[in-house]
Amino acid sequence: MSRIRDKFSELKSRNEKALIAYAMAGYPNDKETVSIVQSLVKGGADIIEIGLPFSDPLADGPVIQSASFHSLQKGMNPERFLNIVKKIRSKTDVPLVLMTYANLLYSRGYDKFISTVKKAGIDGIILPDMAIEEADQYLDVIRKNNMDAIFLISPNTSEERIRRIAKASTGFVYLVSTYGTTGGTQQKFQQYTHDAIKNAKKILEEKIPLGVGFGVNNADQARSILQTGADAIIVASAFLRLIAETPKAKIQGKITSFAKSLKKATILE
Amino acid sequence: MKLAYPKDGKFGEFGGRFIPETLVPAVEELEEAYLRFKDDKEFRQELDYYLREYAGRPTPLYFAKNLTEFVGGARIYLKREDLLHGGAHKINNTLGQGLLAKRMKKKRIIAETGAGQHGVATAMACSALGLQSEVYMGYKDTQRQRLNVFRMKLLGTKVHPVKGGTQTLKDAINEAIRDWITNVNTTYYLLGSAVGPHPYPVMVRDFQAVIGDEILSQMKELKNKSPDSVVACVGGGSNAIGTFYPLVDEDTTMFGVEAGGEGIKTEHHSATLSSGSKGILHGMLTYLLQDKHGQIKDTHSIAAGLDYPGVGPEHSYFKDSKRVKYDTVSDGDAVHAFLALSKYEGIIPALESSHAVAYAIKLAKKMSKSETIVVTLSGRGDKDVEVVEKYMSENVKNSR
Repeated sequence: MSRIRDKFSELKSRNEKALIAYAMAGYPNDKETVSIVQSLVKGGADIIEIGLPFSDPLADGPVIQSASFHSLQKGMNPERFLNIVKKIRSKTDVPLVLMTYANLLYSRGYDKFISTVKKAGIDGIILPDMAIEEADQYLDVIRKNNMDAIFLISPNTSEERIRRIAKASTGFVYLVSTYGTTGGTQQKFQQYTHDAIKNAKKILEEKIPLGVGFGVNNADQARSILQTGADAIIVASAFLRLIAETPKAKIQGKITSFAKSLKKATILE
Repeated sequence: MKLAYPKDGKFGEFGGRFIPETLVPAVEELEEAYLRFKDDKEFRQELDYYLREYAGRPTPLYFAKNLTEFVGGARIYLKREDLLHGGAHKINNTLGQGLLAKRMKKKRIIAETGAGQHGVATAMACSALGLQSEVYMGYKDTQRQRLNVFRMKLLGTKVHPVKGGTQTLKDAINEAIRDWITNVNTTYYLLGSAVGPHPYPVMVRDFQAVIGDEILSQMKELKNKSPDSVVACVGGGSNAIGTFYPLVDEDTTMFGVEAGGEGIKTEHHSATLSSGSKGILHGMLTYLLQDKHGQIKDTHSIAAGLDYPGVGPEHSYFKDSKRVKYDTVSDGDAVHAFLALSKYEGIIPALESSHAVAYAIKLAKKMSKSETIVVTLSGRGDKDVEVVEKYMSENVKNSR
């Protein structure tokens, strides 16, 4: 029923955890977005998070901000986004999670937006500025469309709130690793991140998987948070940085090999 | 109609709290502190002390006799917020929030600024109250309001020019929010307008309501009744909401004036309520200037303080409930009003406030000589003389 849930069960049976990898629609362009997703999957990404850029991405650091700006400058819009998703869907059955901001859904109307992206092949949605208190209407439409609503929690989220958020979430719960925006470049996470993972796992138990993102940028770091108990690592800015730094001809190969190195960290010995 | 403390920060459907999860404990802590102190006797006394002794309250309600005679209609009164310390109404809010931050034991204050007035008022309040402040300001705004950048530096504040996005107020707010997310445990975000997630719109309004409270009591003393009309400019809308809120249940017609820029049929304006649509930005549901896909549009106004694609949620509520009439004034008409008030009254108004003056001039002509209009003169225009000089020289050139 849910591609995301099925993926987590399938991985569990293989004693693996999940690599969730990000691509920004329209970065560096529409056509390459499709190839990038294919390269991520080839490298072992289990779930793809695909970004629809917003003009004011206030939870994002400089890397996603600049990719958003680039993509919007080149005319990214929901119609083009849907075409990209349809192309990806025609090539792979990988679970696809849309990451964007609340206004893009609200301004079009939750019903219209959500049913359209569902039809194109999106399985779940992440909205970093959709607080649970404001989500009733959004959740009704998500449920009606049999999609997953992935909410975020943070190291400072109270136990009571984590329970409430977990109850509303399907697919997985997204733990923000650190105080800050996306794209942190730290080599190692501080103790409070590990504490937050342990705390969240204790509360969520095995009812819903826990993904950890924001600043996950290398395999050692990924391994350490998975060892602490996370069920998935979410890597976004690190891939965009790689795209920005790599000559065009080598992008796909580099992405696959970076994804491979991260995927290796998710395979338990 | 008066919503003293709306549940969940909802003014009808507007407002609320659309924020990243990391900020939830911070706004909850803020709300708790605000509810605890807003009616606390000692807090009120300390705030009143600073408003009176430091900021210079109460401000006069000045009868603009010459302007009234020149226009030949209703009697025009100016609520002189421009006479406050720092030269704008912003200090009402920064002293209030500064005192609250102190009680919350937060030592590091961050703020955003458009024209620089809120940045200056933050720097002043923090300096007076012994707090550290850092201010985010769009790069474009740092260029057109250089004087205020220097003032903030003099006052001991670090100014961060923001080069992302449109390099104006909305991007300064984005960047301040990002700083807040990063330093959430130690930092107080001192928002300058009646925008953002709950409880900011209510709290900023309450700190600015001193404007409307004074207008009401001063007008009652003068005329034994509330004013027939009030006019205030609306960017984010803090001086306007502070003017309107205490008068909501009075028999007063209220006008909010937005920046019409080069005309609301063009792409160059900031008339959010007059031509926008509902959406979610900066933690609130409100009217926004956005394209058909929900991307926030670039805005324009000759007045940097009005150059914002959103508006306080209570204004959206007053628009839909028709309690306030929102209209626009163009760059050109604002400059004319700037010149007229300078010439006839010897008062140089901020370009933001000039929008309200321009509207009042039009309105007064349609009203009888026995009626009264109060214009909230939210700030003084010293900061704008360069911009006006440039505008005039360019427009003389164009008309040749």
